[in-house]
Amino acid sequence: MSIISLIIKREFVAKVRNKSFVVMTFLSPLLFVAIAGFIAYLSSMKPETKRIAIHDETGLFADSFLKQNKKDSEYHYLNLSEIDSESLKDSIAKENFEGLILIPKTTLKELETKVEFISNNSPSISFIKKTQGLIASKITKLNFEKAQLDTIAIQKAKATVNMHLAKSSGEESLKGLNEIKIAIGGAFGYLIMMFIIIYGNMVMRSVIEEKTNRIIEIIISSVKPFQLMIGKIVGTSLAGLLQFTIWAIIGLSLMLAASMFFGVDIGPTSRISPEMMHVAQREFSGTAQMYISEAWNLPIASILFGFVVYFIGGYFLYSSFYAAIGAAVDNQTDSQQFLLPIIMPLVLSVYIGFFTVVNDPHGTIAIVFSMIPLTSPIVMLMRLPFGVPWWQIAISVSLLFATFFFVVWFAAKIYRVGILMYGKKPTWKELYKWLKY
Amino acid sequence: MSNLLEVHKVVKQYGDYVALNEVSLNVPKGSIYGLLGPNGAGKTSLIRIINQITLPDSGEVILDGEKLQPKHVQTIGYLPEERGLYTSMKVGEQCLYLAQMKGLSKAEAKLQLEYWFDRLGIQGWWNKKIQELSKGMAQKIQFVVCVLHKPKLLIFDEPFSGFDPVNANIIKDEILALKEQGATIIFSTHRMESVEELCDHIALIHKSNKLIEGKLSDVKRQFKTNSFEVGILTDNVEGLMYDITQKFTVSPASFKSLNDDLKLDIQIGNSAPNELLHILTQRGQVTHFVEKIPSVNDIFIQTVTDNKV
Repeated sequence: MSIISLIIKREFVAKVRNKSFVVMTFLSPLLFVAIAGFIAYLSSMKPETKRIAIHDETGLFADSFLKQNKKDSEYHYLNLSEIDSESLKDSIAKENFEGLILIPKTTLKELETKVEFISNNSPSISFIKKTQGLIASKITKLNFEKAQLDTIAIQKAKATVNMHLAKSSGEESLKGLNEIKIAIGGAFGYLIMMFIIIYGNMVMRSVIEEKTNRIIEIIISSVKPFQLMIGKIVGTSLAGLLQFTIWAIIGLSLMLAASMFFGVDIGPTSRISPEMMHVAQREFSGTAQMYISEAWNLPIASILFGFVVYFIGGYFLYSSFYAAIGAAVDNQTDSQQFLLPIIMPLVLSVYIGFFTVVNDPHGTIAIVFSMIPLTSPIVMLMRLPFGVPWWQIAISVSLLFATFFFVVWFAAKIYRVGILMYGKKPTWKELYKWLKY
Repeated sequence: MSNLLEVHKVVKQYGDYVALNEVSLNVPKGSIYGLLGPNGAGKTSLIRIINQITLPDSGEVILDGEKLQPKHVQTIGYLPEERGLYTSMKVGEQCLYLAQMKGLSKAEAKLQLEYWFDRLGIQGWWNKKIQELSKGMAQKIQFVVCVLHKPKLLIFDEPFSGFDPVNANIIKDEILALKEQGATIIFSTHRMESVEELCDHIALIHKSNKLIEGKLSDVKRQFKTNSFEVGILTDNVEGLMYDITQKFTVSPASFKSLNDDLKLDIQIGNSAPNELLHILTQRGQVTHFVEKIPSVNDIFIQTVTDNKV
């Protein structure tokens, strides 16, 4: 046991003393903040106003669009119904119009399918929906009038429903909760993936380093390859945890500093009027409060517990693979062909997490992939905030750790043979043979 | 003298390839034991088994009367042929780390390191990184790491490769000193002159089989051809040749001498050397009379070529 702790200590110190580790630790939060600031700056810039021409032969719709000019800064509508439609079509590009909405003179029924949008750029989905909505509501209104229905009475009769969400236990839950759940699950899942890729690679590099240094044979004559492998994985992960902790501390203090700095500096000079700022702030603090109070309603204990369990299981599972690959190859370029099958399930689980789990956290796909050990650390973690039955967690965790022990055994075998093989790039077939040595 | 290390019928297979075929060795306590063999003979496989890096498929290894077990790594010092160190680690830290892995306490390791650094005159290297050292300097560090924990059994695989003659000599003296202190040394090399010089026992492994083993002098006796190199000054060459060829087989020889003498290679078979000498002295002036003792190199080449399959 003391030998393993010796190895862990060396690996940790070697990683932490490394110049690139120091640089990465202190530079990347700055870089991250800089990028975030840059993105914020970009999105705060107003997009160029796009001009849309309207040729409305019925004369019924142009007004609804022109009314939008006051609300919408992204599009500016111009009523060009007097100009011949054919010459308009030819000139939209020349005249710098984004597009032309063509409403032919026909019956209301026909209009539902006859309106055209002519543009050389493909319009955004939101623009299409919005335009269709405007025309549809106008047609509906006209239809009501035609049928001599009282539109005001209809407006009044329309009901909007605001459903109250609650659990059977009686505690209340709010709708904002789902967004928080997605955010928390996603953040933790993503964190695990990043950690596995960054530090798994580090484990692999350190195995390759020992191999190319040829120190491996000296070490292996005093310790068991298995001890060396476990020591390496644990030592590297400790260095990684230290790095993450430093990042979290730096990130938090930078965020604090940034919010103070921007709060003082940008507020008065911004073009938004003070009243609007006030409203926005009140709204923001309102939602923020709701989110915070909602966050407390989450199964925090089980999420944190799940994070720790899946983090350890997932990281050890994957870094054993990385260690075995490092042992099998002589240099990093050779590792690519073996890395692909490792990266794939990681990427897959993040995709499943962000697309399937978000839509249907208790659907078949989400359940299956939160059981499969290679994807469960990420997928299950993203499901956890939505509440997962305990038996599913039990199956998933026991499968994960069973696989973990199997993979460590398997990786140790490859590792044991691989570290003493020099000068050739093994094939999959040879790796299989090594298992039997 | 008892054996420190006994290898009994060890078999090691890699897939279909047999690396060691029932190899048995007996390494006497306090000896310098030369483990010889051409490339790919199975030496490294055997050394790795002794170091418990790999396990034999069958057979057993006895170290100091006990079956080989994990605690024995502390009593073995191994200098592998493929060697290296962590390039970005400092010399002192690295040596401490490797010594602690061999079971020394930190304080003990430090004490031993100071002794060895002093002995080899490398005190100033403690805070240097390996990448700042030359290859020969790094080799010295490795030698220190190998002997630091005072192992009973030392295994050197090509210990002199990478050393200049001066440093090779220093290492050779250290090896002899270790032997004096009672260590047993297994010495694997291709440099036959160092085997001649250092080893008292040898074993030759070829194509996964042990072909020769024993005391160097015994092996040489076994391989000697009972022939003598003779230099003689005589007027009557025909008469001399007639006399000798009656009893012995003769062939011309070449060796360096200051005289313009007749140089012969004479095989005496089971006869006593004096018989030959008697004939020679009657026919002329003997200037050179040496029994041909096979060198390790000769034995090596002869055995390997005889066993070509």
